[in-house]
Amino acid sequence: MNKINEVEARRDEFRAFTREFVSPYATQHDNEERIADHIVPDLAKRGYLAPFISQKWGGEGMDMITLGMLHEEIGCGCSSVRSLLTVHGMSAFALNRWGSDALKEKWLSALVRGEKIGGFALSEPNAGSDVSGIEMTATVHEDGFLLNGTKKWITFGQIGDVFILMAKAEQGFTAFVVEKDMPGLTIEPILGMTGTRGSMLAQLNFKDYFVHQDNVLASPAFGNVVMLSTLVFGRFSVASGSVGIIQASMDAVIEYSVRVQRFGKPLYKHQLVAQMITKMLSDLTASRLLCRNAGELLDKADPSDIQAVFLAKYLASTSAVRAAADAVQIHGANGCTDKYPVERLLRDAKVMEIIEGSTQILEEKIADIELQSYEQRDGK
Amino acid sequence: MQQNKELVRAFFGRFFETGNLTDDLDIFKAGFVNSLFAMQLIGWIEKNFSTTVSDEDLNLANFNSVNAIANFIERKGV
Repeated sequence: MNKINEVEARRDEFRAFTREFVSPYATQHDNEERIADHIVPDLAKRGYLAPFISQKWGGEGMDMITLGMLHEEIGCGCSSVRSLLTVHGMSAFALNRWGSDALKEKWLSALVRGEKIGGFALSEPNAGSDVSGIEMTATVHEDGFLLNGTKKWITFGQIGDVFILMAKAEQGFTAFVVEKDMPGLTIEPILGMTGTRGSMLAQLNFKDYFVHQDNVLASPAFGNVVMLSTLVFGRFSVASGSVGIIQASMDAVIEYSVRVQRFGKPLYKHQLVAQMITKMLSDLTASRLLCRNAGELLDKADPSDIQAVFLAKYLASTSAVRAAADAVQIHGANGCTDKYPVERLLRDAKVMEIIEGSTQILEEKIADIELQSYEQRDGK
Repeated sequence: MQQNKELVRAFFGRFFETGNLTDDLDIFKAGFVNSLFAMQLIGWIEKNFSTTVSDEDLNLANFNSVNAIANFIERKGV
């Protein structure tokens, strides 16, 4: 069995899980702005929370192609649950890649088993895409640092136990592992989001929060490297989840356009509807292939994986918005009600274009990197 | 060592003009590069020299010039 067949063999497993444990709760998550209590234990039971972590820490050492497929299938069922896999995975990834042995020992198994929930705290009220604008400070204090500042839009910040966080220290931007249950941290839920409404966003306020120097990831001044490498993981997850949204849009459209008749024939037999279905399918196929390509390069630790992930996220997230918007259009007035999933898919898709690198930031980065490659190819 | 320096220079050449670059010039202080480059550099070292850059290796002094990187690669025994 070749690699792709091996991976595809697991799609049925992921899909069956999603259909039983995730999809039926997507509307509930959206309405209640929180995920159901059983979600984390259900994911943990099957080892889906951080399966790429090695067996030493309780994971299965899952390759990135398979991980992308898992996030796609979960994302097809509920983007809020996929968001959990993204940020929880990012914290496990950062600890695994850049953490000391002691930090790995303390956190990795607990994250894999779902005993602790991880998050990623980079954005601030005045810094999102522009990481250089980060204002949170880390000042040396005894054998560690005092953190002061605010982190905003932190996915699953309401229930996170441990966060990978970046602050500005004297040596430069520095990445820290911070725990929730410590003095100096207050957490405010953020409600009323447009999409991925079950993602339990929060604002984290730090006031003289002490973090020991052993909780520095990598070394001071390399915070950017830690965060950027972790964002590659997160971006890949969001790209894969976006493919899931396109698939969900397609599934909804097929079901509806076969069942509903207008002008004496099923909707799908109308040429302009067929055109939308065709565009959706080509976007779905291309986005899925770009994700698979990115996963393959990530598995090989190929330096070009950065650009491959940029491209996958760019196409998949923009395609997800197109697909979900067309799905609403095909559903007509029904698509504008919460009786059908497509309006939620459209709201969720829009968020995919903003998180983990906005469409416009990606367009700048992709063009920059391509220019480098061009100059290298042509020896200019 | 010399061969590694040439490989490093060739890698740098993908990102910026290396004509006037001396082997000791601090590329971070000189403003040639950004964080994305640093990440790509680490990925390139790991891939091309079959080694792992660990958290303990992350010191600017290991990566800020042609000489520093070539020395780092040599110290890693690859």
